[in-house]
Order: sequence, then structure tokens, then C-alpha cells
Amino acid sequence: MTFVKPAFRHPGMPKNKIGFRKSDYEGAISTLCAGCGHDSISGAIIQACYEMGVEPHKIAKLSGIGCSSKTPTYFLGNSHGFNSVHGRMPSIATGANLANRDLIYLGVSGDGDTASIGLGQFCHVLRRNLNMVYIVMNNGCYGLTKGQDSATADFGSISKAGSVNPFQPIDLVGLSLELGATFVARSFSGDKKQLVPLIKAAMSHPGFALLDILSPCVTFNNNAGSTKSYDYVREHIEATSTLDFVPEQEEITVEYEEGSSSSVVLHDGSVIQLQKLSPYWDPTNRDSAVNCIQQAKSKGEILTGLLYIDPKSQDLHHILETTEKPLNQLREEELCPGSAALDIINASLR
Amino acid sequence: MMSTSVVNDMVIRFANVNGTGSASANEMFAKAIFRMGIPVSPKNIFPSNIQGLPTWYEVRVSEQAYLGRRDGVDLLVGVNPQSYAKDIASIKEGGYFVYDSTKKLHPDYIREGVHYVGIPMMQMCMENYDNPRHQQLFKNIVYVGALAALLDIEIEVLQDIIRGQFRKKEKLIPPNFKALDLGYQYARTHFECPLEIRLERRDNTGDQIMIDGNSATGLGAIYAGATVAAWYPITPSTSVVKAFETYAKKLRVEEASGRKKYAIVQAEDELSAMGMVIGATWNGARAFTATSGPGVSLMSEFIGLAYFAEIPVVLVNVQRGGPSTGMPTRTQQSDIISSAYASHGDTKHVLLFPSSPAECFEMTADAFDLADRFQTPVILMSDLDLGMNSHMSPPLKWDDKRKYDLGKVLSAEDLEKIEKYGRYLDVDRDGICYRTIPGTHPTKGSFFTRGTSRDEYARYTEEGAVYERIVDRLIKKWETVKSYVPAPELYQDHQQNERGLLFFGTSTYAALEAMALLRQKGIVLDALRIKAFPFNATVEEFLASHTEVFIIEQNRDKQFRSLLINELETDPKKLVSVLNYDGMPITADTIIQQIMKQLPATAPVMNTNHKSKTL
Repeated sequence: MTFVKPAFRHPGMPKNKIGFRKSDYEGAISTLCAGCGHDSISGAIIQACYEMGVEPHKIAKLSGIGCSSKTPTYFLGNSHGFNSVHGRMPSIATGANLANRDLIYLGVSGDGDTASIGLGQFCHVLRRNLNMVYIVMNNGCYGLTKGQDSATADFGSISKAGSVNPFQPIDLVGLSLELGATFVARSFSGDKKQLVPLIKAAMSHPGFALLDILSPCVTFNNNAGSTKSYDYVREHIEATSTLDFVPEQEEITVEYEEGSSSSVVLHDGSVIQLQKLSPYWDPTNRDSAVNCIQQAKSKGEILTGLLYIDPKSQDLHHILETTEKPLNQLREEELCPGSAALDIINASLR
Repeated sequence: MMSTSVVNDMVIRFANVNGTGSASANEMFAKAIFRMGIPVSPKNIFPSNIQGLPTWYEVRVSEQAYLGRRDGVDLLVGVNPQSYAKDIASIKEGGYFVYDSTKKLHPDYIREGVHYVGIPMMQMCMENYDNPRHQQLFKNIVYVGALAALLDIEIEVLQDIIRGQFRKKEKLIPPNFKALDLGYQYARTHFECPLEIRLERRDNTGDQIMIDGNSATGLGAIYAGATVAAWYPITPSTSVVKAFETYAKKLRVEEASGRKKYAIVQAEDELSAMGMVIGATWNGARAFTATSGPGVSLMSEFIGLAYFAEIPVVLVNVQRGGPSTGMPTRTQQSDIISSAYASHGDTKHVLLFPSSPAECFEMTADAFDLADRFQTPVILMSDLDLGMNSHMSPPLKWDDKRKYDLGKVLSAEDLEKIEKYGRYLDVDRDGICYRTIPGTHPTKGSFFTRGTSRDEYARYTEEGAVYERIVDRLIKKWETVKSYVPAPELYQDHQQNERGLLFFGTSTYAALEAMALLRQKGIVLDALRIKAFPFNATVEEFLASHTEVFIIEQNRDKQFRSLLINELETDPKKLVSVLNYDGMPITADTIIQQIMKQLPATAPVMNTNHKSKTL
């Protein structure tokens, strides 16, 4: 196995609509374990960004601490990255987004980072509806410290060391719906077909988009009895729908078949098209989503796909009524009231 | 009678019940004295509770403009029977107790040597106002009216203040005037006015203003171009962001769209507040947060990240009594060490020590420039006394020629000219590297910000030699900071004295008074007022050139002294502490007593006048 990426790329490699090759969206070689689910997610992010045709430098990638939080090194090498402190990525993302509303904010976190130390920040960034994609690479364990259970490990799940988890898991999808999230999806690292359009849709969603992605830890949580192993997840997965994402720039030519498909039009004109497996699935109905997730859980199924979306979502900048021009681009003349205004203030204080 | 009276030199204290609306009446009293051209210094003395418990407001009037606290109350307005015993005990021999005589005073409260001035405040309010809330509120105005007669405050000045205060609710002006008059007439009719302590118009306030430090700090952030404020409520810092918001609403809204050129987020905790500041400054905005001791503890992990990853941060620390929850509504200067070295590992942070609202304003603006220039946290070390009390202050000044110092930030054009950009390359050999803002250039200038060690190109590494290179450069940068931070102020005769005095922040008021009073006793000290950490060379010189240096600070553990010993080559034996840590602002008397104890019986006498200069 080599740790150096070849510098040579075939000149005939296809380009996307803004002239970038797929290699322009790649990063350094991964140092995660061979077969790690996280690497598949990195691959899906690269694919989605390439297909979306976003300029790599217009994406800011942020993470906390942990295996998952290392992945931003492995994609989008031309984007600024921020590997912050454990569980505190959401606040960094909030500040960054407040400073410049024009970039795409891609947050990557793990189940330890999000559901334990970072649970508070996760809840609050969600309820502020910060415009960001929040990906949880969820493997139910702490890989970097050799396999301790995380807060998303299922009750009764058996760790590699053989101990049975005696605690109830935190279900990030259920929690998000409860807290009023405007975009909630669950997927599986091994299902790139589902993952890529989900990431694209999340990037177009004007608000907080949660992608809870089951991503088995091949080294510490891929044993018999683990409910986050590859085999277990493959056996228990149930998709709500297959979906496709059509960005606003493209002409929408898809024919919708009554009864078996529906589409959700986003703010910017992009469309999320769902081919429903369940005829009762309406991703814009929060109550129905909550019910279906509960039912699946009781049947031991893992429901994946776009679970809920609020097409009328309005992000934090809208709530705070900030200027269209990003705050970090306001110049001194636009910010400093000058000495004349200060003279008036001084006079009022005498 | 008049010849023995004391003019323009007194301490008046109001003993109120929290939540009864006395604050604005008390402020009106202080403001009236200020508008009569007499220097005045009011202080809120309040417990950490919500409603119903005792609260005090103390006003020092000083013709010589001694604006620190002074012990001993000349006149006490007592409207809270709950605290009568303590209040009456605090009055100086020969002082006055003004009280609500609607109910007869219990004989237990009669103390010899105190003059009792009974005014039936509640009774008058019951007779003149119907609404129970008004009866309560106007009682406060009644005692202000009585004080106007007793102390000779110009009634027109008080009326002007009322007119200004109710500019937008004009129908409240007549009932306020009436309450003022009720008190005034009652005092005139029943007592010999004025008392032997009284006020007389002067011209000793010049063009000064009255403002609290937190308001000046909030306004400083507006002028400095801060666009993001993230915070979590904590006494005594909350009003910093409140002031920022109030001024931003007036000064920072786009006319055409009504949209805001700022964003304020009340975070879920202090950790998050600091994270937001870091995220915003990383992304090229100016951002700040305000907190107090417990908040600094919570933010420390992030402060370490900002230090190591070299991200500008402005943090306002309005100090209060610690440790732990300590005394949340009392003042101290006890976060010196925890702020200077906040976070684990080897860290050092720039501290600024304002001593007046004008300096809060100026140093807040400086803090943003310093943070950007040095890509590091800068902490404004205010305290409750400065932050939450109104102070007479020089007017706030802004030089329109001043330009924001955004430090070394590369534009897309700059990046075009660079073959290989390295985030942590010391190109100019001053320890300060060039940063880039996300989104600047399609292919150049991106890097990974991280709290783990990395090389000059921001690539993760655990190689010892590289790590040492990076942390040594941070020290080189620190050395450069010394010549950029505000220089100390030296108070010295043309000839140097043997002993020195060193102080910072709000101790300044009491320190200057103590120096003047000591001089009257023939004891002359040179003094140095420190305005910033790191210390520049003058501090070390001052310590070296004096046989003994008294260091005034408001904490138990001599934290500032420790910082001096830790950072400078100086003999600890000659650094003598003058301390006060009871939660109240230090007084000149405390300083004098502690210094006198240390001095030999015969002290040198110098008769020249001190002149201050900024070094």
C-alpha cells in the first residue's frame, strides 16, 4: 500500500460544468484503517462536490476530534479546513458562517464527538438552523482510543472486547426531529448510490442538514454481536425511498410517475426527487417521519434515506436579519461610525 | 454656622430594597452633582439576588476629584428597615441619617452622635398618588427632593434631568416634579437647610462624561469594527454585549434594507461563545466575547487553541470575586494568572488593563488591532467596579485617520505572486506569519487549521524539532508584542525617589489619592501604572531603580506580583504587596495604612510636584 498519491493525472479526465476535474476535489491519502467506512463517505463527498460543480475553495470543512474528524484531510484539498477541539466544531462553524454566509460549510463529526462531548453544541447549532451540512460518521465506538462504546452504541450490542452495552443509545435522527431540524437523513457508508444525492441535497438545503451515516469501524466494532457491523447493517437496512437530486442550473426533465414518486423543490430551485418504496412516505411530514422511525426501530430495522425536510427552512442569517453582503467583507467605512457620531454620544453623557 | 460647613467633600449612601426602582433616582442624584461641575463617583453595592433584599448605592463627592472609594458615610438615606442596624452603624460621628418617618423609628436605632432626619416619604406618596406602584416609585424621588434641600442641590438641575429622562413619556414629568417638590418643601419646612455638609457649584468637571466601563467597552467594539459578538450571560459582563447591541441598532443598520451589519448570538454556554468568536475571526470577521472569571475557565481550552493555531480573539474579562462562583456581584482583580496563562501547555496571552471608561473604549479598539496583528488572544481586564459603575471619564475619542490594523492577511492577488504558501512561515522574521481567509483563492492559500502540532506548511507533525521551532517562534512573536502594547504611565518628580508604587486598572483611583495624601505627610513615592502584559522594558527598569516597590492589587494571592517575578529578572524581596480582597473597591486609606506599616519612622520628604508621562 502506497502513501503517496500519484502526481500524474490523465489529461483526458473529464471536467465538471465549471471546469474542475474530480481530482481537484480530492485530498491527501487516508491514514484510516483499510476498509474504514469513513473513507467511503469521503469518496461520496468528493463525488457529490464534483457533480454539483461547486468551487472547491468555496467550501469550508470543519471537524472536531476523532477518526471521523481526521477525514477532512482526505477530501477537498483546496478548501480551508478546521480541525477544532473535541465536540466543539458546531460553534466554530457558527462563527465562520456568521462571518461569511457565502461559503458552503461542511461539518464532519463522529458519534463520540457529536453524541457525547459535543451533544450540547450539536443540539444548539441545530435549533439555530445554521446553514451547514453536518455529517456524523457513526460507528458506535471510539476508534481512536481503541474501541470503547460511544453514546450511539445500541443497547445490548457486544463490543470487540465482549462486553454488552447496558445503556440506551442516543438516536441522533430522532433527537434532531424532536429539536426541530429542517433536514434529516440517515444513510450507510456502503450505499454510495443513496449517499451522493443525499449530500448534494444537504448542500443545497438552506439550513441545518443532518446526515447520520452508519459507518462500521472495521477494527473495533465489526465483530459478531455488534449492531454497527457491516453484516448487521446490511441485513437490517430499509430504505424509505431512492432519491435523486437535480440542481437548479439544470433543466428538470424527469417525468414524475403519480403515486410512486414525488419531488421537493428547494429555495434555490433545486429539486429532490424521491422514488418511493413506501407509498405512505412523505418527507415533509415530521410526525409521520417520527412514527415511521419508531416503527422501524421496534422491528429492528434501520431506516435510511431522506427522512424529513422542511422546504420552507430559513437559516440563521435570515433569523438574525444580517446584511446580504457577508460580514467579513464589510469595510471600515461601513463599520466605523466616526468621530462626529462619537461627539454626539459624548454630549449625551454629560 | 456656614463657616464650619464642609463643601463638596462627602460620602452619601442610599440603603434601598432590591427591585423598588431606586436605581434611577439614585443615579439622578449623582448626575445632578456632576452637572453642578463637582467631581463625583457613584458605586452600586448590590448582593447577588433578584428582589427584596438590601442593596446600596454610594456616592462620593470630591472637589479634588478623588474618585476612589472612601470609608465612612456622611449621610445615609435609609429606606430599608431590614438593614437599619448595619446602615446606622456605618455613619460617621456627626453624620446624618435620613429615613422614612411614616413609621416611628424603634428606640434601638437611636445612636448618639448621629443626626436623625425623618421624612414621612411613604405617607406623602400615599396622599398624593393613587397607584401603588407609583407610591413606591415616587418615594425615591421624594428623598432626592429632600436631599436637594438638605445639601443645596440646584433644583433646576434635577428638573432638567427629569425632563431629559422622560423626553418620550412627557406625561410622567409633572408627577416626578411633584414628588421632587414634596421632599424639597418638607425638608425646608422641618429642618435647617442646608446641613453642615453641602454642595456648591464648581467648574471642576470640564468636558468629562459619566459612563460605565461596560458601555464604553461595547461602544469600543462598534468603533473597532466588530461584526460578530457571541456571549453567554454572566455578571458583571452582561452589559458589555447589551451596550454593543444598543449602539449597533443605532449605528450599524443598513439604511436601505434595514439589515444588520452585525450578528449577536447568545450562545448556550461560554465554550460555545468562544468557539463562535474563533470561527468568525478565522473566517476574516472581527469578533469578540465578554465574560467573567468562571467563563474564562470554561473558555480556556479554546483560548489555548487560538493561541497555538494563531487565531485572533478579543475577550473582555470583567472580573468579579472568585474563586469558583465566589462573590458574583463584588469586585476583584483576581483573574490575572488564570487569564495570562489560560489553557494547558505553554501559553501566554496579551492582557490590557483599563482604568477608566475612556480607556475601556480605547483599549477595546486597540485589542482588535493587537489580536489581528499578532493573531493571538487579547484579553481586556476590566472589573465589576469599572464595568458596572458610572465613572467620571475623559470624553471618548476616535481619530478619523485611524485605520484598522488587520495584520498580515493575504489577498488573492498576493497569493498569485507566491509560489508556495506556508501558513506558519516566518517570512518577515518577526515571528508573525501570513494568514489567508477561506474562499480567497481557487487553488492557492488553503491550509488546515488545527490544535495539533504542525509544520510551517500547516501539515500535521509530531517531530520534536519542528514542534520546538513553532513554539519558539511564538515566543519571538511575544517579544515583538512588547513594543506594541500600551506603555506604562510613569508618575515621577524630575528627581527619582527611593521607593516606588506600582498599580493597574481600577486601583488607579485610590492609588493616586493615596499618593497625594502620603505626600502631605512628607512621603513621596514614584509610581508606575501598568497598562498591559507583556511588560515592556520600562517595568523592569522601574523595579531595578527603586529599593522597594509597593504593588497594589485586589486579590489575596499577589497575582500581579507573581506575574512580575515570573516574567522579569527582578528580586522578589523588594516587591511589597498592598492588598485588598474583600470584594469592595480598594480605598486610599487601605493603601496608606499598609504602606505606612512598611516604612521606617523617618521617611524622605520631597516637595516637588508629580508630573505624569506616558513612556
